[in-house]
Amino acid sequence: MTVTKEAPPAAPVTELKVRKASTRKRLVPYWLLLPGILWLVVFFALPLVYQASTSVQTGSLEKGFEVTWHFQTYWDALKDYYPQFIRSLLYAGTATLLCLLLGYPLAYLIAFKAGRWRNVVLVLVIAPFFTSFLIRTLAWKTILADGGAVVDVLNTLHILDVTSWLGWTESNRVLATPMAVVCGLTYNFLPFMILPLYTSLERIDGRLHEAAGDLYATPATTFRKVTFPLSMPGVVSGTLLTFIPASGDYVNAELLGSTDTKMVGSVIQTQFLRVLDYPTAAALSFILMAVVLIMVTVYIRRSGTEDLV
Amino acid sequence: MTQQQTEGGDVRLTGISKTYGSFKAVKPLDLTVPQGSFFALLGASGCGKTTTLRMIAGLEEATTGTISLGGRDITDLPPYKRPVNTVFQSYALFPHLDITENVAFGLRRRGIKSVKKQVDDMLELVQLGDFAKRKPHQLSGGQQQRVAVARALINHPQVLLLDEPLGALDLKLRRQMQLELKRIQTEVGITFIHVTHDQEEAMTMADTVAVMNGGRVEQLGAPADLYENPKTTFVANFLGTSNLIEGEIVSAGTDIVVAAGGGKLRLPTERCSAPTANGGKLLLGVRPEKISLAHADDADAIADGRNRVTGRIVDSSFIGVSTQYVVESPAGKALQVYEQNVERRAGLRAGAEVVLHWNPAHTFGLDAAQDIDAGVETVEDAA
Amino acid sequence: MPVLRWIRRNLIVIAGLLTLAYLILPNVVVMVFSFNKPNGRFNYAWQHFSLDAWKDPCGVADMCGSLSLSLQIATWATIGATVLGTMISFALVRYRFRARGAINSLIFLPMAMPEVVMAASLLTLFLNMGAQLGFWTILIAHVMFCLSFVVTAVKARVMSMDPRLEEAARDLYAGPVQTFLRVTLPIAAPGIAAGALLAFALSFDDFIITNFNAGSTVTFPMFVWGSAQRGTPVQINVIGTAMFIIAVLVVVAGQLIANRRKNSAR
Repeated sequence: MTVTKEAPPAAPVTELKVRKASTRKRLVPYWLLLPGILWLVVFFALPLVYQASTSVQTGSLEKGFEVTWHFQTYWDALKDYYPQFIRSLLYAGTATLLCLLLGYPLAYLIAFKAGRWRNVVLVLVIAPFFTSFLIRTLAWKTILADGGAVVDVLNTLHILDVTSWLGWTESNRVLATPMAVVCGLTYNFLPFMILPLYTSLERIDGRLHEAAGDLYATPATTFRKVTFPLSMPGVVSGTLLTFIPASGDYVNAELLGSTDTKMVGSVIQTQFLRVLDYPTAAALSFILMAVVLIMVTVYIRRSGTEDLV
Repeated sequence: MTQQQTEGGDVRLTGISKTYGSFKAVKPLDLTVPQGSFFALLGASGCGKTTTLRMIAGLEEATTGTISLGGRDITDLPPYKRPVNTVFQSYALFPHLDITENVAFGLRRRGIKSVKKQVDDMLELVQLGDFAKRKPHQLSGGQQQRVAVARALINHPQVLLLDEPLGALDLKLRRQMQLELKRIQTEVGITFIHVTHDQEEAMTMADTVAVMNGGRVEQLGAPADLYENPKTTFVANFLGTSNLIEGEIVSAGTDIVVAAGGGKLRLPTERCSAPTANGGKLLLGVRPEKISLAHADDADAIADGRNRVTGRIVDSSFIGVSTQYVVESPAGKALQVYEQNVERRAGLRAGAEVVLHWNPAHTFGLDAAQDIDAGVETVEDAA
Repeated sequence: MPVLRWIRRNLIVIAGLLTLAYLILPNVVVMVFSFNKPNGRFNYAWQHFSLDAWKDPCGVADMCGSLSLSLQIATWATIGATVLGTMISFALVRYRFRARGAINSLIFLPMAMPEVVMAASLLTLFLNMGAQLGFWTILIAHVMFCLSFVVTAVKARVMSMDPRLEEAARDLYAGPVQTFLRVTLPIAAPGIAAGALLAFALSFDDFIITNFNAGSTVTFPMFVWGSAQRGTPVQINVIGTAMFIIAVLVVVAGQLIANRRKNSAR
């Protein structure tokens, strides 16, 4: 027969040998993490420390640089390059907003309206990735060329008059103006907006739309009260994935813009690779990092999606 | 398929316990499962039954104690070296392998090359011969469940562990699979240890049931014995339904007489698991189906010597084979009575004054120092 | 006005298709201009149709060399980032350990950092160490920034994996190595493949970080960048178009294989 009894309560637990997980087993996650994390520490975190120290150095290429806690560099860098900073944030912000406005309908289309075309449209969104983005950016030089079809149409419709008055374009040119740069930025980072939007929209149960309609919501109200709030995670990660790289980008500004549209990435690159003024470049890069991180943190806090990571 | 009914293959847990941080999932317990038996660990979620099972499988390391199988200490063996196999909750079939390869998995890992014959036989046993080339997601829940059983059984384990194997199936299929599993167990003669929260399932299938609560075994025995003679309020309430009536002991002899709800009730002394000092408190228990109902006007017709409680019907629900009544009385706010629908009795409707009566031999006694509602299923539990 | 009503009803579809056109337009231009025969050094304005560039895709000095270098770097960076990233993902999902928060931020930060900042700081490190800039420094940088993306992709897949599958394997006599090879890896494969594909695309196409840390080595994006100053050969468009077509074919073929597998299993 089956025999059982509970261990008598008097039996002290110390009598039973307590097993601990073996040391080898407990170390498994650390061994898994070690190489990758070490890589990030050495080639991502450590460089930031080096850069911080470089930004407070003084000296010259010939005599070498030394840490002199020269914080003046930061002030000078800001004083000299604040227009590029403001421009970077402005262009990146505008491009992000445009990406959201353009990307949302397409993501919505793929998620709810494409039916059997869904995969085809998704491929069309992703496929441009595989053509070097520099080549694609150069194509905008052709598209927006002076006297080209796009400029002609905009001219005929007198849109260019308006944009020129706003300072986005110059007389009847689009190329080498802020509009061209923003247009390029928007284009380049649009897929980074569409994909997270699509992912979060696709998760929404189609019956929610029906339920909202059943509960007296018009299509517009349904969108405002149900669809959009549920797609917030996608909106947040999409805007971050667009704004962050756009703010540091200098390829679009260099290829499609003019000297009046230089962004801060351009300045850092020039200071670092051409002028070889390392402290100033490091200081600029640090300010950019700080500004972006602060903006991102505030944004994530306010949108209440901290579990995004 | 090894030698049956010998001491040789018993599963023996000695002082086994599991602690996560400061949470004691399983308190030190001793348990012996005889070879060839169908043994059920029954309890609500979080009672430690699954943890106990996982410790036997080797998927969880025991904090203290030892596990032996047929006299061999297997406590420190990894799961892949134990002659024990598991049917997992929601089956854990490998989604990237077809049914044949799922079933053959264990054989192949032990280096057996020609698996075809064995796999075919096993799929035949679980009646899935036609599905060999399908992927798990192309099977229904019941079929997946049988694959999971086949995948484990093909290895001829000394013990088969089943972790809520029927939990994901709907009611009808579950009943069918219970019989099926019972059939397979009888056929192969392997020890089955079955974890479930469904008391009907445990009672239908197992020859021995251990009711677990709060990390310890509350009571252990054959299903009928557990049902008729619960030793704690938890077992009384968790296994089926019990009417528990609190009373004070008036006299104790071969029968105990208890004052409860303004009357006197009797029970046999041997059915009382609590101390029986005069003036002491006692919980009287009686199962709903043992009680008969009489309209208050017909109370005179009740035979002498039966326990009686008067009350008023507050609710009745017709469920086909029987009608279930809820009766409010001085002895208890909501006494349950199940009456077979042999003939419909028009007088017994809500509001009617009634007398509940039953044979004193069907009454059991429990220690009144316990929570009277322990083990009662609430709405949240059922969800 | 039925026309207006139709437009209103299908507003989202129309807007979505316009966005799609905006996305595709440059690729069409790249493709069309791969058949151009430009006057002068720049390939920005249409002149005549010509197959010259397609007949001689490597006719431009150094271009195919830079392309092959980019492919090599992307391959090795993909392998490195995928292996390291997969290990991290498993540790994050399957184990408890200390400093989880710090490690999560360390993985998230590279994605929340403008590329130019990482580029400049990494160059500072290499200059301080006196490292020779070239193939190895590019590879190190690429593994670094691809790592986080691989972790994100693989983690999502591993998280949706039922840990009971691995327990079932162990229960069925598979040792740790067998369990990993026979169960864990095959099931995590789609996530790992997605991570690897992403890493390859990111590495192959990277310009900013590469430009800082390449020294005098020239990758394909750097070649294109240089040609924007010196003159853009038509062959650039040929390569761009070919890459686009190959990518589409690979995706379509993958879909077809997946579909066939699904159907044949039925």
